[in-house]
Amino acid sequence: MTASDALTAVLVLPAAAAAMLALMPGYRASAWGNVAASFLTFAAAASLFVLERPEPGAFLHIDDLNIVFIVLNTFVGFTAAFFSASYIGHELEIGRVTPVNLRFYHAMYQLMMFGMNLALVSNNIGLMWVAIELATLTTVVMVGLYRTHEALEAAWKYFILGSVGIALALFGTILVYMAAQPVLGEGQPSMIWTNLMTGAASFNPAMLNVAFVFLLVGYGTKVGLAPFHAWLPDAHAEGPTPISAVLSGLLLNVALYAVLRFKLLMAANPGALTPGPLMVALGLISLVFAAAMLYRRRDIKRLFAYSSIEHMGIIVFAFGMGGPLANFAGLLHMVMHSLTKSAIFFAVGSIAQIKGSQKIAEIRGLTQSHPALGWGLVLAVLSIAGMPPSGVFMSEFLVVTSSFSQMPLLTLVLVLGLLLAFGALLMRLTGFAFGEPSGQNAPMYGSLAPLWLHMALVLFIGLHMPQAMVDWFQTVAALLG
Amino acid sequence: MELIQNLVLQGVQMLVVLVLAPGLTGLVRKVKARLTRRQGAPILQPYRDLARLMRKEVVLAENASWLFRVSPYLIFAATWVAAALVPTFAVGLVFSWTADLIAIVALLGSARFFLALAGMDVGTSFGDIGSSREMMIGAIAEPAMLLTVFSVALIAGSTQLSNVVGFMTSGEIGIRVSAGMALVALVIVAIAENARIPVDNPATHLELTMVHEAMVLEYSGRHLAMIELASSLKLLLYVALIGCIFVPWGIAAPGAGFADLVVGLASFLVKLALGGTMLAVFETSIAKMRVFRVPEFLGAALMLGLLGTLLLFVSRSL
Amino acid sequence: MHDYAFDIAHLLASSLVLVSFMLIYQDRIYALLNVFALQALLLAFAVAWQAWIQGAHHLYVSAAIALIFKAMIVPWALHRMVQRLGIQREVETVVGVVPTMLVGMGLVALSVLLMLQLTEAAESAIAREDLAFSLSVILLGMLMMVTRRNAVSQVVGFMSLENGLILAATGAQGMPFVVEISVAFSVLIAMIVIGVFLFRIRERFDTVDVEVLDQYRGERQ
Repeated sequence: MTASDALTAVLVLPAAAAAMLALMPGYRASAWGNVAASFLTFAAAASLFVLERPEPGAFLHIDDLNIVFIVLNTFVGFTAAFFSASYIGHELEIGRVTPVNLRFYHAMYQLMMFGMNLALVSNNIGLMWVAIELATLTTVVMVGLYRTHEALEAAWKYFILGSVGIALALFGTILVYMAAQPVLGEGQPSMIWTNLMTGAASFNPAMLNVAFVFLLVGYGTKVGLAPFHAWLPDAHAEGPTPISAVLSGLLLNVALYAVLRFKLLMAANPGALTPGPLMVALGLISLVFAAAMLYRRRDIKRLFAYSSIEHMGIIVFAFGMGGPLANFAGLLHMVMHSLTKSAIFFAVGSIAQIKGSQKIAEIRGLTQSHPALGWGLVLAVLSIAGMPPSGVFMSEFLVVTSSFSQMPLLTLVLVLGLLLAFGALLMRLTGFAFGEPSGQNAPMYGSLAPLWLHMALVLFIGLHMPQAMVDWFQTVAALLG
Repeated sequence: MELIQNLVLQGVQMLVVLVLAPGLTGLVRKVKARLTRRQGAPILQPYRDLARLMRKEVVLAENASWLFRVSPYLIFAATWVAAALVPTFAVGLVFSWTADLIAIVALLGSARFFLALAGMDVGTSFGDIGSSREMMIGAIAEPAMLLTVFSVALIAGSTQLSNVVGFMTSGEIGIRVSAGMALVALVIVAIAENARIPVDNPATHLELTMVHEAMVLEYSGRHLAMIELASSLKLLLYVALIGCIFVPWGIAAPGAGFADLVVGLASFLVKLALGGTMLAVFETSIAKMRVFRVPEFLGAALMLGLLGTLLLFVSRSL
Repeated sequence: MHDYAFDIAHLLASSLVLVSFMLIYQDRIYALLNVFALQALLLAFAVAWQAWIQGAHHLYVSAAIALIFKAMIVPWALHRMVQRLGIQREVETVVGVVPTMLVGMGLVALSVLLMLQLTEAAESAIAREDLAFSLSVILLGMLMMVTRRNAVSQVVGFMSLENGLILAATGAQGMPFVVEISVAFSVLIAMIVIGVFLFRIRERFDTVDVEVLDQYRGERQ
């Protein structure tokens, strides 16, 4: 197998699986079919590591930057599919979904994976835009899966805001094309990443600046940056929990990847304004705002949705600062956040099934009633709050130190935001985990394996980061400028 | 010799507008009547009305000040001068250097000012309501008019009406969307300024809806005649203005011969008749809007003027 | 003599901006839908004109999509839907029409100034002004989405925003994927329209007033 076969497989597998799952009756078979397809996709993506990379084509390419994203994406896609397979059956039993809905859900899941993978490996700004649109649409459908008032409202809000975001991103894409067209000529060549990167130095800088503002606002809406975040908590809270995990762990990353790509383009043009300050500002606003919002949440999924906004803020802040150290920290934090946050949502899904509710007030004493789940949650929440020795602590520590050297005053704001979030999460965690168990106590269906697997990875990276990974991240960080 | 000829032509122009104005009003009324299947008064009825009013005694309110007595003449004079400045059948008349669009707007604005003052002078509630409504309309109509003037001036490169007419007849204009917007805006302003449906109803004396009529309710005799004549002149002015900017064909060039002047006059008459008929048809086919909706209606004109100017800015800077 | 290629492109593109203002001005749903159909029709002409002067035949497909799908099917479907679902016929605004118009004027001025300055180097006058006008249409569409309460008028706002995008994409000389993008957007719009119908927003929420939706927001106790 060559690398271009693997690259094709990353796209063809989910697409074919989507078609097959749409036709397959019986939710058990399709749930495990979903897992199998996701695993094969992950295997194909992982093989890209070892195989020699193909030359970038007109549509697809693979390089140091996107391979991080694609491997992470397919991995979390696989674990979430595994969790979903163990989890979704109970949703059917309690009548939240119908078998037809489920068939649709599994097909959509693979279609979404296809959209995200395509966005990550596309070598073409137009194709990337179409792929992100596809991924968004499929998630909209899945957020509305339960057909309740709240789910429909959340889907509608997500849809409208996401559409506006995608529209602005398209305008930005058109502007990038217009900037490239005098240099690279008409048609396809002016939309290919690898061409754009080589020609970027001679683009019209003013045009690139405006284009980047549109792209940042457009894709930033999908990253969930404040003040364009309004869709995010609703979409996380009202959709099925595996989808919340995928949204937080993957879709936000895909949008972030698009922003980073365009940031690279900006960096390659000497006349263009540095995108840093814009990203730093948006990141800090998101961080502080979301951290403050954590305090008044009453719904557990909403709580962690705001925490996602907070972490996206940290990541965008880190990339905005730039420099090898900050970029390294940003990448690491992105990976750690994906793993930890999806682990948390796996736990939350099981909790919601046990308690029959997402209300924070009704969830108590989990370490007593369900030790494996409860301690897993404790571990995950402590990690996401930034306690050592987790990987999140390491990346947050790196973000703070690099911001100390670059912008000491803003570090105060950053640390304030981090502490606020830390306090809120810890306060909630004591409620969830300790004390007398209360409320309903249904048996647990969701598998705990994905949760513990993710946490093991996070702890392992936090304690001892493999040298290969360090080298690789350093290469990418240097690339990001 | 030439000067005398020019002065004569200018005199003819002043007479033509004065003589034709009540006729236009009569025509509009007649067409409206026929459209609603009424016989209607003859077209010449406004002349008879004016003659009768001139003979009648003036009745003044006890607390009317000198302003109330002077205003009709001021209004009439300002409107007449303004109307005489608009090219009707010929351009390049003696006074055409003053025939500036901004000057015309200013003259009409001062006429409006005196009318509103006179409406409030006696202190009846009707007059006050009318004046305040008139000022509300004016506050939007005048900027709208000015913006239209600007976009026309940007197209033609001059605010002098003679030059505008010259540019428009030369065919250099091509396809201009801003010109279309200016036309629509000018029509809306004309409807509002002449107290026509849907902004105001010239034929009503219903207190809730009146604007113009409420202000002049206290007038009688020759004062009323002056005001009536002034409003007829204003209607003619707007029709002539729209005609000379947007359908400038037939207007005699400077120094044209007698035949050209006759053609110019004939085409002017045709334009007046067409304009009057179209106004009547429009008024019959639409209902009066509530006073509170008027700012939105006029706002559309303002916006069109603004947009037209912006669009011109785009196409000129390319 | 006059450059009629430019004049007509200017006429069509600026008519789109004008119709965007007309959309803001409407206060009845049916009238709104009719005006939207008009805008889609103008867009179809504008795109076809671009296809003609650029000699880019694939753009005719985009024009046809705009004509058939957006000027006919979507307004008709929404019309039916408003009728069948008994959605209220008035457009409810958050901000009054006149201030909205003034803000809209400001946005148009902003986008014109920004885009003309930006594209100073570009050689094609048509592309430059198409970009300026399309940004205006986009911003006006967003303004409409922000200042309207009904879901249907928000959808119309989004579709007019998207009209601006198609105009920009066709104006950019030789840009690939224009047809694909218009297809993608058509899918998106179809989903929105089907979504309004399928989810029976009327049935679920009694009105399509998003304000009412907001009562369900978030933190349920």
